[in-house]
Amino acid sequence: MQLAQVIGEVVATIKDANLHGIKLLVVQPLDAGGQPAGRTLVALDSVGAGVGENVFFVRGREAAFPFYPVEPPADASIVGIVDFWDVPPADR
Amino acid sequence: MILAKIVGTVVATRKDERLVSNKLLIARPMDPRGKPEGSYLVAVDTVDAGVGETVLIVSGSSARMASGLKDTPVDAAIVGIVDNVQLRDEGR
Repeated sequence: MQLAQVIGEVVATIKDANLHGIKLLVVQPLDAGGQPAGRTLVALDSVGAGVGENVFFVRGREAAFPFYPVEPPADASIVGIVDFWDVPPADR
Repeated sequence: MILAKIVGTVVATRKDERLVSNKLLIARPMDPRGKPEGSYLVAVDTVDAGVGETVLIVSGSSARMASGLKDTPVDAAIVGIVDNVQLRDEGR
């Protein structure tokens, strides 16, 4: 799983039937120091996250699991909202 | 999932039999602001997308979870047509 910040929302009316009712959010992966690291992507939201929040998300086939028994075609899903994290500066 | 713009179509007469009657499109990945990034890819269309549209593409084994793609040899599927991307730093 990876840390990220939610930076936006995606609206799509026409989409796969199993994606209906699921929020799509633009996330920017972060490094341990909270700086952007890597490309932005679109993730499904399974925890009620919103723009501006720090979250962690899961990639790959497992991204569909939070929505069981529905199996949306997802390769990235937000599975937690981060309250805070702590990494000593030497390890960032 | 990634955002991408559809830039072309692919015609292939000879292909895996499970791909027969699937529409193949060429997509250019882009960031949420519309700037192209990364290399072009061929994706199976499941939502009747067309050239010029911005779409959502699911990659990897998750692509097979899109409607009608069970057990097909694909690693990129178009699963949504994007109406709008709202970013935090754009007039909120």
